[in-house]
Amino acid sequence: MNTRIDIGSVADLLAHVKAMETEAMEGYQDLAEQMEVHHNSETADLFRKMAHVESLHVKKVLERAEGVDLPHIPPWEYKWVDGEAPEAVSNEQTHYLMTPYHALQLALRAETRALDFFTQIVAQCEPGDIRDLASELRDEEQEHVELIKTWLAKLPEPDDGWDEDPDPPMLQE
Amino acid sequence: MSVNSATTSAFSARDYKSDVKPVWCPGCGDYTVLSAIGKALAELALAPEEVAVISGIGCSSRIPAYLNTYGFHGVHGRSTALATGLKLSRPDLTVLVTGGDGDGFSIGGNHFLHACRRNVDLTYIVMDNRVYGMTKGQPSPTTEPDWDSALSPGGTGLRPFNPLVIALASGANFIARGFSGDPNGTAKLITEAIQTPGFSFVEVLSPCVTFRPDQRDWKKIVRPAPVDPTEDIGQAARRLMTDDGFNLGVLYSGKRKPYALTKHEVTSDMTNLEQQFAI
Repeated sequence: MNTRIDIGSVADLLAHVKAMETEAMEGYQDLAEQMEVHHNSETADLFRKMAHVESLHVKKVLERAEGVDLPHIPPWEYKWVDGEAPEAVSNEQTHYLMTPYHALQLALRAETRALDFFTQIVAQCEPGDIRDLASELRDEEQEHVELIKTWLAKLPEPDDGWDEDPDPPMLQE
Repeated sequence: MSVNSATTSAFSARDYKSDVKPVWCPGCGDYTVLSAIGKALAELALAPEEVAVISGIGCSSRIPAYLNTYGFHGVHGRSTALATGLKLSRPDLTVLVTGGDGDGFSIGGNHFLHACRRNVDLTYIVMDNRVYGMTKGQPSPTTEPDWDSALSPGGTGLRPFNPLVIALASGANFIARGFSGDPNGTAKLITEAIQTPGFSFVEVLSPCVTFRPDQRDWKKIVRPAPVDPTEDIGQAARRLMTDDGFNLGVLYSGKRKPYALTKHEVTSDMTNLEQQFAI
């Protein structure tokens, strides 16, 4: 990745982190709801847990930002590498029969993208407050990546045909 | 035209979410369009009670239920007609119209033309997945002629409807295309559409993962339009006639004055209406 991520101040970086963690939390909440609607309670529970974890991250960012005047940034003006918050979970790769294993794969992808984001800022920044904060955040994301990998290793890989439904909710006749 | 969003907003996208859980298939593009609408409304700092969302019938037409703005889930294909009446009687409201390609271009095709022609200040967001998803996968007006499926063996062989060209020819004042895989980009387009006076038409490519799983590949095909927005209708026409359907962005932004009722036209109240029917 060579795109330059121009973060102008600590407040700017904190505004990005707040948006990223908020989008992650809300994304997991939405996915949990989707799975509940489709009676996939096992995966819904996992998404709820992830949403809770992300809510703690949001809380932590808000505490860290206390006393800092965070700039208002329209959603399309954040310096995300590909236009979307790195830790936001992708809705596109979901399926109503997905398993907790698939859910954790999504989470791993999101955390890895967040890790890459902060790693890139650290690499592009001059020494100073922004780089110090980005380093700290990078280390946190590295921990999250490792945690999810450990969690993932404990789950059985789904069998081939996990998405086969003998009685699909919609069927062309 | 640049987007003028609030320097700060009292609202977040979440503030527009109702307690009703969407019943769409996981992976459906409509989820991100819903989120993009919330982001746009928050950026414009519009209170939920200042907004009405009107729809017809179809998967995407369920959106009013998922928002806590005013909403009306109306008759199939008649959403723009309903919204026109609402906007003329309540010009203070920001009125959005949402729906799909079948509702908007087939059942509601006639209303679509005349909504563009009248140029009332509405924002019409069509989630185009080129299929009737709710009724299990029939080809819609925008389906490719060679799309082979159980319900259209060998494809329909019919030329697809080109909604952006029709919108331009019929008088829409703002024409844009977004992609549900780009929620922030779509939020920007919706924001700009709401800010532009007159009838704004935003087509959002929104994959149907159940009946058109091939549309997952759209992510690899879509690209920002390689041209700036234009207010030149001739240039826009040439651009849209040669467009392959995957260029994203504002493709036309005109200066046509929106239609609005003048005060003298609103003369009837319930009393004199009753008098007219008195025997």
